Amino acid sequence: MVAFILKRLVQSVFVMLAVAFLAFSLFKFVGDPISQMTGVETSIEDQERLREELGLNDPFFVQFARFTGDMLQGDFGYSFRTREPIGEMLLSRLPATLELGTVALVISLIVGIPAGVYTALRPRGLVSQSILIATLIGVSIPTFVIGILLIFLFGVQLGWLPTYGRGGTVEIGWWRSSLFTVEGWRSHVLPALTLGLFQLTLTMRLVRAQMMEVMRTDHIRFAIARGVPWRSIRYRHALSNTMIPVITVIGLQFGGVIAFSIVTESVFQWPGMGLLFLESIRFVDIPVMSVYLVVIAFFFVIINLLVDLLYLAIDPRLRVRESV
Amino acid sequence: MLGRLMQSEAVWLFSRSPAAILAAIAAVTIVLGALFAPWIAPTDPYDLSSFSLIDGLLPPVWEDGGDPRFLLGTDDQGRDMFSSILYGARLSLAIAAMAMAIALVLGVGLGLAAGYYGGRFDAVVMRIADVQLALPAILTALLIDGISRGILPRDMHDDLRLGVITVAIALSLWVNFARTARASVFVERNKDYVQAAIMMGQHPLRIMARHILPNILGPLLVIATVDLASAILLEATLSFLGVGLPADSPSLGTLIRIGMQYLLSGEWWILWIPTLFLVVLVVAINLLGDFLRDLFNPSLR
Repeated sequence: MVAFILKRLVQSVFVMLAVAFLAFSLFKFVGDPISQMTGVETSIEDQERLREELGLNDPFFVQFARFTGDMLQGDFGYSFRTREPIGEMLLSRLPATLELGTVALVISLIVGIPAGVYTALRPRGLVSQSILIATLIGVSIPTFVIGILLIFLFGVQLGWLPTYGRGGTVEIGWWRSSLFTVEGWRSHVLPALTLGLFQLTLTMRLVRAQMMEVMRTDHIRFAIARGVPWRSIRYRHALSNTMIPVITVIGLQFGGVIAFSIVTESVFQWPGMGLLFLESIRFVDIPVMSVYLVVIAFFFVIINLLVDLLYLAIDPRLRVRESV
Repeated sequence: MLGRLMQSEAVWLFSRSPAAILAAIAAVTIVLGALFAPWIAPTDPYDLSSFSLIDGLLPPVWEDGGDPRFLLGTDDQGRDMFSSILYGARLSLAIAAMAMAIALVLGVGLGLAAGYYGGRFDAVVMRIADVQLALPAILTALLIDGISRGILPRDMHDDLRLGVITVAIALSLWVNFARTARASVFVERNKDYVQAAIMMGQHPLRIMARHILPNILGPLLVIATVDLASAILLEATLSFLGVGLPADSPSLGTLIRIGMQYLLSGEWWILWIPTLFLVVLVVAINLLGDFLRDLFNPSLR
């Protein structure tokens, strides 16, 4: 088991190195930092001196090593646009995106899993059929249209909920949280629904498909024949066996949630990392783009690692096979 | 013979599926409208002399104060919304179709070759595909868009926008084609007709294009339909985010972004009519994709 974890860790490090290389190439080959930093009146000699001082004439791999080393020490460089350190920019935006993503994911799970189980157990019922049709339409409507619809309905027509920003924030150390104020929670509802709806339909369909498959397997039939109570069959025997693929997809989804939050944050003017990334694209702020890429990849790798470890915890067969 | 049988079966199934018929009618209507926009549209939205500010913000004809000249009302500049939407749908569909075609050629080509040759080439292509599949398409498209802004000279940005978006969308959609083509080739490669062609000494390219490709068209067609819908959505999302097409040549997504400014005021038609068009178009194409999937996968019937 230890060997398995170590192997996965080494793999993760290589993936991160590959992404860092990509980000560095972006940095290196797209746009010239010197021309971004200096004006028209800077002489060629001064430009060359600056280039030498900043180490831009060093061999490619020396620069790459320095880039990676700086990143590991938390030095992400400076934005072309705002001249602020990127690490601080991202860090100040990180809580907003993570909180929104988590709330969206929680919504998609606490609605999606029960709905999936229900539609699997009563596939021909009227409620199940309506839920399935609703999700089919839900998948086809683009995220930003769902956001606009929700804003229009609950923000403009009914006036129940705020339609932009995070509401009040509370600072806990450097973490600016909006989960501790009523206004903050109210601000979360619409964007989290927008962001979570797609994941919700995905979770529901997956749980439904898995559950229907598991209910047909021999060990469930055997349990039925043995006269185990239905409750126990459904929720102890069947549901726990549907959870492995569900966990994988949910884990991978969280990365998707963070990426899709770009669209949601834009609709709701949510001050998170996605909005920052979008601004950096509009202003061709290459350093911010490449750091965003590395940070997102880091999330993906960490989540994948956690999913693998969760497998070990959930599926006893894996533990046995590894230790043999 | 087989083709005819397939066709008659397809027609029969189609006639029994009201969802597919409705979807086909909606999709064909919008596509025809977009295709013949220059002849159907009452005005040319790109021609600045064809509209005037005096006609600004008129509601659709069925509302009070509607003007019969403007079927779906006008925007703040006095542009006819009906014409804008037809031309917008034209741009959206053109970009999506081009992107889908590039993704198809690239994906199927790489997938066929990877499946046929296997080995190291296959491993490299599939690793790239895996990495890309982990990233959501919208992120890939945004990144390519951002990188191209950095590489291309600043004064050419607007002229090249159309091409950049098309390539960005194509590069985020090729993976599905590649994976499907590769998986199908693995199945087909060991069948007798391929082995016979190999033994006859035919060129690998000829075997791939003439023998294998026609036999794996079914699943590829399904993916092409679904990806066309994804491409339309991607383009609309990029334009909505303000990194897609500029406001002077609006696609459906750009129209929706402009319409967002009227969300709080009474001019609902500027936002909701283009939105409705987009949603109907995407839902219709997705429904057709579902129909095709059922058609080519009899086990689901």
